[in-house]
Amino acid sequence: MSSNTPSSSAGGVGSADSAAPRRNSKRPKYSKFTQQELPACKPILTPRWVISAFMLVSIVFIPIGVVSLFASRDVVEIVDRYETACVPDNFRNDKVSFIQNETTNKICTRNLTVPKRMKQPIYVYYQLDNFYQNHRRYVKSRSDSQLKDNSSWDDVSSCKPEDNANGMPIVPCGLIAWSLFNDTYNFSLNNQQLAVNKRGISWKSDRDSKFGSDVFPRNFQNGLLIGGKRLDPNVSLSEQEDLIVWMRTAALPTFRKLYGKIERDLQPNEVIQVTLENNYNTYSFNGKKRLVLSTTSWLGGKNDFLGIAYLTVGGLCFFLALSFTIVYLVKPRRLGDPSYLSWNRNPGGH
Amino acid sequence: MSLGGKTEELPLIAFEAEMKRYVYINDNESSHELYCDNRISNRKYTVLNFLPKNLWEQFSRFMNQYFLLIACLQLWSLITPVNPASTWGPLIFIFAVSASKEAWDDYNRYLSDKKANEKLVWVVRQGIRKHIQAQDIHVGNIVWLRENDEVPCDLVLIGTSDPQGLCSVETSALDGETDLKTRVIPTACMGIDFELLHKIKGAIECPKPDKDIRRFDANLRLFPPFIDNDVCPLTIKNTILQSCYLRNTEWACGVAIYTGNETKLGMSRGIPEPKLTAMDAMIDKLTGAIFVFQIVVVMVLGIAGNVWKDTEARKQWYVLYPLEGPWYELLVIPLRFELLCSIMIPISIKVSLDLVKSLYAKFIDWDSEMIDYETGIPSHATNTAISEDLGQVEYIMTDKTGTLTENRMIFRRCCISGVFYGNESGDALKDTRLLNAVAGSSPDVVQFLTVMAICNTVIPMKSKTGAILYKAQSQDEDALVNAAAQLHMAYVNKNANILEIRFNSSVIKYEVLETLEFTSDRKRMSVVVKDCQSGKIVLLSKGADEAILPYAYAGQQTRTFIEAVEQYGQLGLRTLCLAWRELTEDEYQEWSLMFKEASSTLVDREWRIAEVCQRLEHDFEVLGVTAIEDRLQDGVPETIETLRKAGINFWMLTGDKQNTAIQIALSCNFISPEPKGQLLLIDGKTEDEVCRSLERVLLTMRITSSEPK
Repeated sequence: MSSNTPSSSAGGVGSADSAAPRRNSKRPKYSKFTQQELPACKPILTPRWVISAFMLVSIVFIPIGVVSLFASRDVVEIVDRYETACVPDNFRNDKVSFIQNETTNKICTRNLTVPKRMKQPIYVYYQLDNFYQNHRRYVKSRSDSQLKDNSSWDDVSSCKPEDNANGMPIVPCGLIAWSLFNDTYNFSLNNQQLAVNKRGISWKSDRDSKFGSDVFPRNFQNGLLIGGKRLDPNVSLSEQEDLIVWMRTAALPTFRKLYGKIERDLQPNEVIQVTLENNYNTYSFNGKKRLVLSTTSWLGGKNDFLGIAYLTVGGLCFFLALSFTIVYLVKPRRLGDPSYLSWNRNPGGH
Repeated sequence: MSLGGKTEELPLIAFEAEMKRYVYINDNESSHELYCDNRISNRKYTVLNFLPKNLWEQFSRFMNQYFLLIACLQLWSLITPVNPASTWGPLIFIFAVSASKEAWDDYNRYLSDKKANEKLVWVVRQGIRKHIQAQDIHVGNIVWLRENDEVPCDLVLIGTSDPQGLCSVETSALDGETDLKTRVIPTACMGIDFELLHKIKGAIECPKPDKDIRRFDANLRLFPPFIDNDVCPLTIKNTILQSCYLRNTEWACGVAIYTGNETKLGMSRGIPEPKLTAMDAMIDKLTGAIFVFQIVVVMVLGIAGNVWKDTEARKQWYVLYPLEGPWYELLVIPLRFELLCSIMIPISIKVSLDLVKSLYAKFIDWDSEMIDYETGIPSHATNTAISEDLGQVEYIMTDKTGTLTENRMIFRRCCISGVFYGNESGDALKDTRLLNAVAGSSPDVVQFLTVMAICNTVIPMKSKTGAILYKAQSQDEDALVNAAAQLHMAYVNKNANILEIRFNSSVIKYEVLETLEFTSDRKRMSVVVKDCQSGKIVLLSKGADEAILPYAYAGQQTRTFIEAVEQYGQLGLRTLCLAWRELTEDEYQEWSLMFKEASSTLVDREWRIAEVCQRLEHDFEVLGVTAIEDRLQDGVPETIETLRKAGINFWMLTGDKQNTAIQIALSCNFISPEPKGQLLLIDGKTEDEVCRSLERVLLTMRITSSEPK
């Protein structure tokens, strides 16, 4: 049932057949599909082919890698880890009780030096570590219908265990909203307040279609356990951008979330004073907290991975191309030599 | 023995009913309760049991059980990571597809059963021929068939339109052989008038239903007024079986002996074993291995997950783990992992495999190159499930005659009393020496031709143009009779037991006394005939050389015949030895009694007959050797060479002589000629001989394979 002609020239066979006198009406109809003669590409991987393919990949990939690595290097990033530094010395051995004690002073001051000129906008992120926003119990514990529409304010069935407080439904319900991040940052430069723009830090689509403008926080953080930030009950959810950012849950346990934007340039060696309120409990699970200030390039934030990956693959292909060339030049083989087939290699039988 | 009828026979039924069945011809009452009616059923399901039976069948497969388990687990919302519909949907789809395919097949079976059951047939009821539905035929009924009718149940022939009591049937539905087979009415029914066939009464003693379509050892006795003073033995040649077609015969009638699902065909019908291809077996094995692997993974991950949950996750305050979990808490994480890992065995594997396989089969059907150019019949894959095994064939075992060769025999050469005819021209019919010998009525040659012409089971038929056509079951006999006719020894007529032969315009008549049929064990057939003029009784035999030559009379030199056989074998011709012997009246009478007795035994009949025949077939005078050519079919050598190049091993089975077989094998590229290939012979008649032969061959192979190439 195989056609013994190569696929490229097979078209001629059928037409020759149909020209022959038709004796048999029962003969199957000719079509390229039924005769398995559809055009097909069956490249033969000759050394020349393989070497040039590898060479091509390396020629394309290495420049891309270099460019994206440079782009990433252009980004200026200030990272400040503060979760230990912001605990007073006398609480260092029992950080959990420090953070859970409402009376302790949580204010903490950090000084950040700008290493290079930072062009606006400068993005302010907080970065958490070892925080599983992707936990099954956590990620499911929200009510999208409640967030979107005021009329379904009591639709809290999926929010367990943070669905009701004091017998009333919580708006917004669920573990995610309940555990909203509540550290705050205030920036000043040379004793002058550095404005942080907190508008437009969430996705527009989230604001417009996932969080309703007529939904207001209600009965929130009123239970026995207080999780995180409290929300202003007079501001609609679509304007609670911190909540919107927080509720777009991270897939990995180490994540950054946007806090705000500083809309002015910063000069090298300027010292930014950060007054932060260290409220959020990451101590019970040994999580880290970082404050990040970063500019962006055309490629996004600081991330060397893409450049390195391109360079690695490109380099590997180049190396392979080179070694195949050497093998091809030093010890060439005839194409399609059947003596290398397994059953021809050991003539004693298979 | 008494011919008193059924009143005396009845106690026997109770006594011997265990092993035999007694069929009373035209008896409308007694057999109704004993034996089933002629309703056939090929159905696997009924409307009521379809769903449970089909589901049970589908769920007896491991893979389906697995998918069901996964689907059930997904109903538990605590552990499922996805919507249960993502598994239930495909699962229900797959089951629905398989079930509807089964249902459709079964419905078609039901329809064809119904069609067969409700077909109208002519059956004698209360002495009158009536048109009734096939399902109402009972054992003992007389069924009338017309040309091209399908036989509704197993029948013993009692009458045909042919004056000699013959009819032809096509048995392709039964054994796949497309050539017509001749069936004959029992001798006891010979010559009964057409009108009287309605009223025939008698008893048939036959074995319990079995599925052997080549054997039917039974006896028939007719009751008054159709008295034949003896039990008449019946063989498979006197029967026409269910699903055969009556051909070339105007009408035939017979007695129903097996009906419904108790017919020979019905007994061999069973639930077909599902065929498992090499790939299916592989997939089953891999699925099992993957399942074990999956269980291991699930257990490792499940334990790790539980440990992590207890040590780490409880610290994650934002998750709010309850302090006290339910009793099954430890199971939750492993089961979640089980669901996550369930895609290791994809649910689509069965559906996509089935689809691909049917597509393979379709491609075979669609192939415009793979058709028979003579008849225009395209290839057809009847089983879609095993098409991929075609690419895995390692051995092809083939029959020789009719498969590799055309099964169109042509008489080529002969050796009569040591003289070789046809050696120069390759065609004995054109050998002038033979033609001269025939014209000169050389006694050896005449005797040889006589054996050629009448030692057979061929029936001559006069066609409308007056030419004589021969109806033969064996192509060899056909070739011999035709060759004899061309050599002016024409077999012109057979009237009951009287044969007429015309030789050089004089007509000789013979009475056939007995036919000793061919069996593959005996390797020869004989007839005992009486010359109507001289009254001499002679035994004429033909057969394979080893079945004839050793039984030649003591003084005869058989060397030339052995040489002839050798020589013809070298040429790839099929050889037959012809021989004869004169019998005395007493010898014949004595033997005839023994033969009658042997032919009517019900147990080991074939063996008994062979033994009795052996007593007559000895002290032959060997007349000569015939050589018949059976040409190879078109393209056989090329095909075999291609297949051998593809690494497929070829086995050929043949009953020919060794030399002939080797010659044929050489000519169809089956084995390579000397310098290229070496022929290793393994022969022997006992286990010991074969063992020794095998050892010798192994030794040779070891020596040759160690030699440098």
